[in-house]
Amino acid sequence: MKSSEKAVITVIGKDMVGILAKVTEICAKSGVNVLEVTQSILQDLFAMVMLVDMAGSSSDVAALSRQMDALGDELGLKIHVMHEDIFNSMHKI
Amino acid sequence: MNTNEILETINMIDNENLDVRTITMGISLLDCAGPDPEASAVRVYDKICRYAQNLVKTGEDISRRYGIPIINKRISVTPVAMVAGACPGASPLRFAKALDRAAHTVGVNFIGGYSALVQKGFGPGDYALIESIPQALSETELVCSSVNIGSTKAGINMDAVGKMGKIVKRTAELTADRECIGAAKLVVFCNAPEDNPFMAGAFHGPGEPDCVINVGVSGPGVVRAAIQKEGAGKSLTEIAELIKRTAFKITRMGQLVAQEASRRLSVPFGIVDLSLAPTPAIGDSVAHILEGMGLEQCGAFGTTAALALLNDAVKKGGVMASSSVGGLSGAFIPVTEDAGMIDAARSGCLTLNKLEAMTAVCSVGLDMIVIPGEVSPEIISGIIADEAAIGMVNSKTTAVRVIPAIGKSAGEELDFGGLLGRGPVMPVNMSSPAEFIARGGKIPAPLQSLKN
Repeated sequence: MKSSEKAVITVIGKDMVGILAKVTEICAKSGVNVLEVTQSILQDLFAMVMLVDMAGSSSDVAALSRQMDALGDELGLKIHVMHEDIFNSMHKI
Repeated sequence: MNTNEILETINMIDNENLDVRTITMGISLLDCAGPDPEASAVRVYDKICRYAQNLVKTGEDISRRYGIPIINKRISVTPVAMVAGACPGASPLRFAKALDRAAHTVGVNFIGGYSALVQKGFGPGDYALIESIPQALSETELVCSSVNIGSTKAGINMDAVGKMGKIVKRTAELTADRECIGAAKLVVFCNAPEDNPFMAGAFHGPGEPDCVINVGVSGPGVVRAAIQKEGAGKSLTEIAELIKRTAFKITRMGQLVAQEASRRLSVPFGIVDLSLAPTPAIGDSVAHILEGMGLEQCGAFGTTAALALLNDAVKKGGVMASSSVGGLSGAFIPVTEDAGMIDAARSGCLTLNKLEAMTAVCSVGLDMIVIPGEVSPEIISGIIADEAAIGMVNSKTTAVRVIPAIGKSAGEELDFGGLLGRGPVMPVNMSSPAEFIARGGKIPAPLQSLKN
């Protein structure tokens, strides 16, 4: 069943120095491979979307999500980690 | 992957209250029945704990993995009257206690199925169970009860309707010190679905497999936001399309969660119930969707038409998104659980008469309505009979969950807290149907029951 273990990390909030570095640092420590990053400014808000591969990771989506929650609280940002299936099922037929 | 779609999903969850309302595990208790009531209750407790031991944790794990809130984990069981009927003479209360203990042990929010199906008459165990409902609901915390008193196929059992008026009133009286909460956990149905995952009316029908996972999605806030953002200047044809598209996305999410829960628990997937279930949270209101279509306030003329459009569009959007749709599937209109309905009831714009009309086109019935404590059991029976007639003739589910506010009259309020919400006591037509109800007997099944 675990054919793919890709997750989407989204960071939404006020722009500041070092967001990407801090998020990717957590990824690197857990062996999570970053596949794609896009970022934009939406209605004065910083929005970053990362596609990551967790296949080689010692961690899982739930654990990574908890770490990112902590980082988000620290920086005052909203960070979501969600398995890619949710987006595939909601937006693709 | 499309960034906008990702952000849309995140926005739905963060700002528009998108959630999976419930993962409900249906468990058959038919194999727990036996002549010794004590042993039978132990089997009930053991089976529920064995089957549902990982339900709550699995729900939380799935919620983490996909980043979707899953609000409730619940259990529905075989109507207890069918199990209790095997030990005649013994009080069915011990089963209510066993259900409550099991629910606490496995950590679910509610357990439904303290129920009887009496649409065509009382079977073994049915009458004793109904008699015990007030005490069962006052002495347990998590048990929910329902009684099906009519169907399109069988007609309406007016003896049961007469009985249930008294039972609803008595249940409220026994929990008068707790905002009459007992009556909020008791539903009287016509055409009750056997796979409904929503409380208080969930039970595991006799035609269901041994164990099954049903999922109830929600999302009135998402629909309301879609209409607000994209609905300006659109015709109702276009609004219906917009609701369909939104319902599709919501249901896909429910389908994903249902499949994942089914896989992890090794329990067959039953159905996705694609209902718009409001919560008292601001923005998560079905009434606000109707108002978003252009009504000054829910309850105005046009409300029934708007609700009919909404209910139908939700079904159409959802049905393609899931491999198996069931339960109630449509728009709920529980007054105390919906911020917009609470406001409309307080202002007097939304009346019981209008709500009755709305139940002809919504997916359930008169739901979570607080009525004055002085309303007689016969009037409650009259309300039940009217609802059942609407359901029977229109081949749809209807239900009555009214809460007599003991010691309070119109204008005062009850506050249940949590998802059950709060609401004003609504005025009720006090003309007596006592003689009509006292006749008893049956209202025969309508011609539309003869489909074969």
